[in-house]
Amino acid sequence: MYWEQKKECLPRPELEALQLERLQKTLQRVATTVPFYRNKFSEEKLDATRVNSLDDLRRFPFTMKQDLRENYPYGLFAIPLRDVVRVHSSSGTTGMATVVGYSKNDIVNWSNLVARILCGAGVTADDVIQIAFGYGLFTGGFGLHYGAERLGASVIPISAGNTKRQIQIMQDFKTTALVCTPSYALKMADVMMDMGINPNGLSLRFGLFGAEPWSEAMRQEINDRLGIRATDNYGLSEIMGPGVAGECQECDGLHVNEDHFFIEILDPETLEPVKPGEVGELVITTLTKEAFPVIRYRTRDLTRLLPEPCPCGRTFVRMHRMLGRSDDMLIIKGVNVFPTQIESILFDIEGTEPHYRLIVERENNEDKLTVMVEVVEGIFFDAMKKQRAFVDMIKKRMASELGIGVNVKLVEERTLERFNGKGDRVVDRREL
Amino acid sequence: MRVEQIAVFLENKSGRLAEIMTILADANINIRALSVADTADFGILRLIVNDVEKAREVLMNGGFTVGKTSVLAVEVADEVGGLATVLKAIHKAGLNVEYMYAFVNKSGENAVLIFRFEKMDEAIASLQKDGFTLLSGEQICAL
Repeated sequence: MYWEQKKECLPRPELEALQLERLQKTLQRVATTVPFYRNKFSEEKLDATRVNSLDDLRRFPFTMKQDLRENYPYGLFAIPLRDVVRVHSSSGTTGMATVVGYSKNDIVNWSNLVARILCGAGVTADDVIQIAFGYGLFTGGFGLHYGAERLGASVIPISAGNTKRQIQIMQDFKTTALVCTPSYALKMADVMMDMGINPNGLSLRFGLFGAEPWSEAMRQEINDRLGIRATDNYGLSEIMGPGVAGECQECDGLHVNEDHFFIEILDPETLEPVKPGEVGELVITTLTKEAFPVIRYRTRDLTRLLPEPCPCGRTFVRMHRMLGRSDDMLIIKGVNVFPTQIESILFDIEGTEPHYRLIVERENNEDKLTVMVEVVEGIFFDAMKKQRAFVDMIKKRMASELGIGVNVKLVEERTLERFNGKGDRVVDRREL
Repeated sequence: MRVEQIAVFLENKSGRLAEIMTILADANINIRALSVADTADFGILRLIVNDVEKAREVLMNGGFTVGKTSVLAVEVADEVGGLATVLKAIHKAGLNVEYMYAFVNKSGENAVLIFRFEKMDEAIASLQKDGFTLLSGEQICAL
C-alpha cells in the first residue's frame, strides 16, 4: 500500500536528481538566511551555489546537537518567526533544550510523510488510531496526529498515560491501530491481563511504535500478546519528528523518505562513509524544510543500510532498526541520560571520588536504572540511619538533575571492575 | 572513657562475614563484642576488638571499607531492669542514641552496653553524673 506511489517508487536516477535539486536549494537558502551556516560556510570557503553532485555535500560541515543548543531558541530558523506556525522542542531535562520550528508548508509535508508511514504499515482511512504518545512540545503526539488525520483515519488523541482508561477506550471506541512506544504497548498487554481482558476480543490490528530502541524479540512478543502487526518508525525532533523513516508491511527495515531527507552513514571516528551495509552513524540533511533546515546533522544513532531492493516496490533505501548510539547517551524512560551527568553528580558529593557502574534493565516493561557506587571511607558511616540518608541524598540529586528516578546500590570497595583509560561503565541489560 | 570501635561495610553477599572472621583470626585478633545492622542491600558490622589498629589494617588490606568511631561502654548489673535504668537516665538527659548493642560478661555478674551517641561528650558527663560505670577499651579487653 502506497500513500504517494509515484514518489515512493521513483526510479533511483530520478530520485537522485530530485535530491540534488533540493539540496542545492537548501544549501543556498541556509547560506543566505541563517548566519550560523553563512559563517561556517565562509570560514571553510565553501560556495553553496557550486554544488554539482550529491557527493559535494561531503565538503560541508556537520551540524551538532550542541550547535542547536548554542542557538537556542530561534537562532537557526531560516524564516521570520511570523511565518512559523508551530514550535516543538526536545525534552531539555538537562536544561539544554533544542527548539525547532515549522512553516505552513513544513506542517503539510510532515503530515504527508507521517501519512506515508501509516499507510506503509497497512493503516487506511477506515482505521481508528489511538495516539498514546504525549501531546505537547514532544513531536511524537502531534506528528502522528496530523499524519493520521491527513490519511483520513479516525484519531483518538488520548495522549500518554492512564493505562486502564487507554484500554477501556480501546474496547469502547474499537481502536484498530495503536501508536505509542513499544514498551508502553507491552505495559498495556500486562494491564489487560490484570483487567481480565483478552486482547483477541479487541479490534486492534496495527501497532506503530517509535521513540525508543527495541528488538525483534520484543516485536514478536508484542505481536503475540496483542494480536497485532507491530511496525517501527523513526524520527527525531531536530530533523522533523516522526516521519523520517518507517517500516512497510515487510517489517524488514525502515524506508527513509529520501525525497525529503538525504542520509549518509559515516564511521563515527573517521567521519568517512562506511562500506555499503556496514554499521555507522546516521547523518541527515533536510531537503525540503523551510523553517528549520539542517545540514548534515549528526544524529549519533547507529544503523546500517539494507541495500537490497524491498519486495514492497518502494525505491527508498531501508535502514536497520537503530543499533545503538555513537556517543554514550542512554535513553531511559524516554529521557536522555549521559553517564557523564551521573559521574559529575557523584564526584560532586563530598568525601569521595567513587567508582560507579550503571545498570540498565527493563522490568515489567519499564526501564530501570541502577547506579552502583563503591563505598569508600569518606562515604561510609557506622550508623545505619546516616548510611541510608546518604543513599537517599544521592537518589534525590539524581532525580532532580536527570529528571528520572534511579536506584542507588552501595557495593563494597574494589568490587567494580577497573578500566585502563576509557571505561565502559554502562551495563545495558535491556534485551533489544 | 571512650572505647574505639571499628565498623565494616558489608554487601549482603553470602560468605562475606565469614571472610572477615577468617582475616581477623589469621591476624590473631580477639573480638570482644559485635553487632550487625542490615538492610536489604547492605550491612554494617561493628566490632570491639583487642587490637583496633591491627584489625583495621588487615581488614583494609583484605579490601574492606573500614571506619573507626568511638563509643561508650556502660557496665550494668546483669539483672532484671539493668538496661532500663540506663535508658531511663539517657531519656531524662535528652540524649539521642544513634545505635547500641550489648554483651554479657563471662562472669555473668555484669552486662556491658555499647552506645553511640550523637553528642558523646554530653553523654559521658551525664552518665558519670548519674553514677554509671564507664569502661575503657583496656578494661573491656581484660574482661
